Amino acid sequence: METSYRDLILAMLRTGIFGFGGGPSVIPLIRYEAVSRYHWLKDEEFGEILAIANTLPGPIATKMAAYLGYKQKGTIGAFISVIAHVLPTCLAMVLLFTMINVLSYSTVIKGMISAVMPVIAVMLGQMTYEFASKTVKGLGKSLGSLLFVISFFMLQIISIHPAIVIVLFLTYGAIYFKRKSKLYSQNKEMSS
Amino acid sequence: MKAWISLFIGFFWANVLGYGGGPSSIPLMYEEIVNHYRWLTNKEFSNMLALGNALPGPIATKIAAYVGYDVYGWWGFVIALFATIFPSAFALIFLLKIVRRHRQSLVVKGMTLFVQPVIAIMMLILTWQMMKESIFSIGIVQSFAIAFISFLALEKWNIHPAFLIIASFAYGGLILPHL
Repeated sequence: METSYRDLILAMLRTGIFGFGGGPSVIPLIRYEAVSRYHWLKDEEFGEILAIANTLPGPIATKMAAYLGYKQKGTIGAFISVIAHVLPTCLAMVLLFTMINVLSYSTVIKGMISAVMPVIAVMLGQMTYEFASKTVKGLGKSLGSLLFVISFFMLQIISIHPAIVIVLFLTYGAIYFKRKSKLYSQNKEMSS
Repeated sequence: MKAWISLFIGFFWANVLGYGGGPSSIPLMYEEIVNHYRWLTNKEFSNMLALGNALPGPIATKIAAYVGYDVYGWWGFVIALFATIFPSAFALIFLLKIVRRHRQSLVVKGMTLFVQPVIAIMMLILTWQMMKESIFSIGIVQSFAIAFISFLALEKWNIHPAFLIIASFAYGGLILPHL
């Protein structure tokens, strides 16, 4: 099915306007539009893009928006997608600066931002579950769990930079199947 | 140096060196904006950051838009945004194009598979941080009540996240300040 510019713009407008709390909270929204609503990508592909986007510097949401636009509509799509994602809030930033004291100290705004946090937490939790079940499906329960423990240890306990952890896992993943087939043929030789 | 060239260079470096998304670039942008080019004072910067945090959307682009406009008008707005977004967006598209070309190879398949657990754990940590922040600002009962309703709405009733966000805003804006 051909994606229209209209869908692309609407999807990116929504992710920009409803993404409170910076980059990470926008990720589940982008996923919702791209995977669940418009089926531009499968979940695996989304995970892969997210992973590679995480190894690169710079803002995460705009990278994702650019790639999605590019995938659907080429270079123009990338530009349109990014503009739709950032323009409303960037304009608001410039225009609202005169009202800054009212806005950032208002209890209404503070209440709004606090109340949205648990919602975002649940959406992030859903993504956690999906990536975890994909891992278990692809690599099995024991290897999957081992990798969870290793990732958790690296990221949270000894605080290695996420980009480095991702690169390490990608590197091992790159040689995984080769090693596996080698082991397999060795086992065969031994048993015969 | 011309103001627009400094804008481009300043925002280019702050974002190219900022690993881990927009928030991690904030100290780097602070360095360029306040200490190096003196576009804003410390106080102006923190006011701007407060406004930026109150608005939706990526934080790095909001800062770039505001400072760009402040320094060089609408052209500054465009140039600062371009320097913030373009380099990393281009790099991502370029890298993914290479990956796509080798979709069938076992190397790419293995990479795709092995990166999933790291992403899962990163998401878990983000979930935890978001929940912790929420408990810190509105308490454990409110946080879990909202989280529980959101979970039902998303998983069982298949409600669009935007409606849920609007509903939580209404609750947070209209009811929370009076509790």
